[in-house]
Amino acid sequence: MATHEQTSPLDVAVLREEFPVLGRHVGGDVTAPGEGADDDQPLVYLDNAATSQTPRAVVEAMTDYYYSYNANVHRGIHHLSQEASVAYEEAHDRVAEFIGADGREEIVFTKNTTEAENLIAYAWGLEELGPGDKVVMTQMEHHASLVTWQQIAKRTGADVEYIRVTEDGHLDMDHAREAIDENTQMVSFVHISNALGTVNPVEELVDQAHEVGAYAFVDGAQSVPNRSVDVGAMDADFFSFSGHKLCGPTGIGVLYGKAEILEEIQPYLYGGDMIRSVTYEDSTWEELPWKFEAGTPPIAEAVGLTAALDFLDDVGMERIQAHEEALTAYAYDRLTEFDDVTVYGPPGDNRGGLVGFNLEGVHAHDLSSICNDHAVAIRAGDHCTQPLHDTLGAAASARASFYLYNTRDEVDALVEAVDNARQLFA
Amino acid sequence: MYRQQILDHYRNPRNYGELSDATFSHTGENPSCGDEITVDVVLNENEAIERIAFSGDGCAISQAAASMLTSELTGMTLNELQELDRDDVLDLLGVEVTPMRIKCAVLAEKVAQDGAKIYHGELDELEQTTIEG
Ligand SMILES: Cc1ncc(COP(=O)(O)O)c(C=O)c1O
Repeated sequence: MATHEQTSPLDVAVLREEFPVLGRHVGGDVTAPGEGADDDQPLVYLDNAATSQTPRAVVEAMTDYYYSYNANVHRGIHHLSQEASVAYEEAHDRVAEFIGADGREEIVFTKNTTEAENLIAYAWGLEELGPGDKVVMTQMEHHASLVTWQQIAKRTGADVEYIRVTEDGHLDMDHAREAIDENTQMVSFVHISNALGTVNPVEELVDQAHEVGAYAFVDGAQSVPNRSVDVGAMDADFFSFSGHKLCGPTGIGVLYGKAEILEEIQPYLYGGDMIRSVTYEDSTWEELPWKFEAGTPPIAEAVGLTAALDFLDDVGMERIQAHEEALTAYAYDRLTEFDDVTVYGPPGDNRGGLVGFNLEGVHAHDLSSICNDHAVAIRAGDHCTQPLHDTLGAAASARASFYLYNTRDEVDALVEAVDNARQLFA
Repeated sequence: MYRQQILDHYRNPRNYGELSDATFSHTGENPSCGDEITVDVVLNENEAIERIAFSGDGCAISQAAASMLTSELTGMTLNELQELDRDDVLDLLGVEVTPMRIKCAVLAEKVAQDGAKIYHGELDELEQTTIEG
């Protein structure tokens, strides 16, 4: 940890204390959750792009909600319901502040990023798209948007086109300029690729979308956790991310939409809490954002999400980004020292906090299993980017992804496990 | 999981290849890993497996299991094949396979069994064998 402290702007040792799970040992029986007697290796958790760990403050905020003001929101006028309603509604304000939105009317809580994509695809896409229209995505899209827009396009007769990825893992911006044409109604793209780590030129793509009168939907699942994001400055029309990737709970995600656009879109889910007035014949809708939040929402999760954003702001997003960039650059350098390791995505340090890679002659699942034998948790598979993996010529890849609590020692543990796999399979 | 025997079968798979005179042939995949295996079988007049080969690629567990299983299947009747279950494959492998990797281990067995079922008309020919995670 000594070397680490020289380079990190964060006091990682202190931060780690806030995450009880990081003190866990693993390696024994997996059929009974939690640490057992046969779990004897200290956990090295490098699967943060899939889901991050949860600090005490978040769990405690949710526990406090359940222990002291658990009630349904909006419709109650009793004391607990009012407390819960205020907390739930203010969670929208907190998210708006965190990502630079104008206010709560632009923040819709969903289950996750995937549902945020689907919400707009169904509520806007299914209504507005038709033959001759086009949705432009990128070859590095996550299935969350790729499959969603692909299927909505099929149902509406619209076309889809994917902006190509260059050899070094960037978007081919010449191709972007060609692909985004007058027929384009929606440009939907990842801010940071969860497979390549590429940071895409958001402003440029948003501008291109707007030049042809299209909307821009930015998938921020991998960017909001590790950098300061300002949806207003990027001028995105829609933006999405998930609570569970930024120290928050599962079960809550965010759809940001410009208020004037959300006003025009019909609801996606119907039911209670989203209506203003109902007769047997017809109904009218609540104001934004409630018209998109039918039924009892994720109240405890909204409380947890607020605590997660407070936690991140206390640590400081700039410092989190600097810490992750340093760790990622270190992992990139160490892994590329092996001749038989291919690291995907752009070189250099302008990357999200992850490295995707393959070891020649060893399937990514075997590599991940061997890492697991060393208690190093990484992911293997196509990372919900199967078409991208087809273009990479790899059925699967291994991915290590970092967060504010990871250390250089943990990167060393990864490298040692990879080296062990090399020797086993040599 | 990565004992010497497994790595040996992975590096030098037994019965690897194709049989041009196959009585039946079937392919299956494990989409979450990208493992893919084709099994070719030549039967004798008693519906016993005279020769068997597999091809495809994937992780060490799926390939080693295919190599070991095909060695075991030679001489077996199709009825005996259908009676095998996943524990038989796990016993053959002789190592503890973690829960998330069991689908890799049983792919070849499932492909052989589905291939035999299709041959007997018990399964639709278009049926793809997939093992989901
Ligand atoms: C870029 C990107 N988009 C979307 C998602 C989907 O997130 P969720 O599963 O929370 O909906 C992920 C995470 O898996 C992701 O990395």
